[in-house]
Amino acid sequence: MARSDVKLIGAWASPFVMRPRIALNLKSVPYEFLQETFGSKSELLLKSNPVHKKIPVLLHGDKPVCESNIIVEYIDDTWSSSGPSMLPSDPYDRAMARFWAAYIDEKWFVALKSFLKAGGEEEKKAVIAQLEEGNAFLEKAFIDCSKGKPFFNGDNIGYLDIALGCFLAWLRVTELAVSHKILDEAKTPSLSKWAENFCNDPAVKPVMPETAKLAEFAKKIFPKPQA
Amino acid sequence: MADEVILLDFWPSPFGVRARIALREKGVEFEYREENLRDKSPLLLQMNPVYKKIPVLIHNGKPVCESMNVVQYIDEVWSDKNPILPSDPYQRAQARFWVDFVDTKLFEPADKIWQTKGEEQETAKKEYIEALKTLESELGDKPYFGGDTFGFVDIAMTGYYSWFEASEKLANFSIEPECPTLMASAKRCLQRESVVKSLHDSEKILAFAYKIRKIYCV
Repeated sequence: MARSDVKLIGAWASPFVMRPRIALNLKSVPYEFLQETFGSKSELLLKSNPVHKKIPVLLHGDKPVCESNIIVEYIDDTWSSSGPSMLPSDPYDRAMARFWAAYIDEKWFVALKSFLKAGGEEEKKAVIAQLEEGNAFLEKAFIDCSKGKPFFNGDNIGYLDIALGCFLAWLRVTELAVSHKILDEAKTPSLSKWAENFCNDPAVKPVMPETAKLAEFAKKIFPKPQA
Repeated sequence: MADEVILLDFWPSPFGVRARIALREKGVEFEYREENLRDKSPLLLQMNPVYKKIPVLIHNGKPVCESMNVVQYIDEVWSDKNPILPSDPYQRAQARFWVDFVDTKLFEPADKIWQTKGEEQETAKKEYIEALKTLESELGDKPYFGGDTFGFVDIAMTGYYSWFEASEKLANFSIEPECPTLMASAKRCLQRESVVKSLHDSEKILAFAYKIRKIYCV
């Protein structure tokens, strides 16, 4: 596949953009990374994703694919003969992976994001409670899905690992900003071990932003909340 | 060994109906169990501890939750008949994208249409119609979102189609003049055997909607 045949419109700091980047790395698919400037949207982005106008957008030839988890499944379906499968083969396990990926986006990440914006102590306490509940669910999900292996997807990282793992850099930035350990080895030992393994994966390392760089960026885009 | 398939559901639910349609498209025998959402069964709470919502498909004792996730599961398990998702990876990605759009952009305004009144309801109507127009534009001149065949996006939309009449009467507006080809596709879907068998008539849904509005004090 020619390099120019696969393009990804995105940005280095976006956890959603990380998802297809990891997937493309897993499948050894070369691609051109077209970075958007923060605060503005390119003509190409607006043309390729007229409905949501958001990154990431995968361009395969001239065909756009939008929505990060959908792009990851598309990559898995399209380059099915390269690299290990990113979803389990059993339909029930696949349904579990999709269920938890959706939960992560709709509940867990929403709670994480609100932590950075949370103002007073009451608000912070509520967010902490939400995240603790979410982490407990995910710890159990990890045990159920991994079946003793290092990743949600088994021996190799896959769809659900990517869906959650993409947020680990932002999680670290949030922990530093609010001085609170969100992912606690004492409370979620399996998830914590998984996080370490995920970050060390060769498909992940090149695209995981450095915590310091991300923390600087976060200061710019999340103004200090009013206490 | 025969499959044991149970569906925990609530009769007017636009989400529950999606699961019913998918099971009937595949000719799967299932046990329908009506949930009282004001007094949820221990089984529902046990099978869906995260959201505590219907529909929940319980297949040989194992639960699958979230309506379109259930539909995808049904398609993958009973893959020998009436495919719901296309086989081409790009077409599959498109189908998933539009289902995500349906559930992100229609859900809130649809709820607000029957839960609110006055300006809030007017805003909800505008948002709802705008989203439907985007969908109509995607539909184009195809009989179904799936092309010639009833598929994933059509099943997602049929949940909302089943509430069109109730929404129109509650909020005093008409969808057909705004989205004529979408309405034509909706009518086609609502006549499908698996859909007819899965839906209660619109009079009953409307009566239910009026009852719920009283509870919301609207």
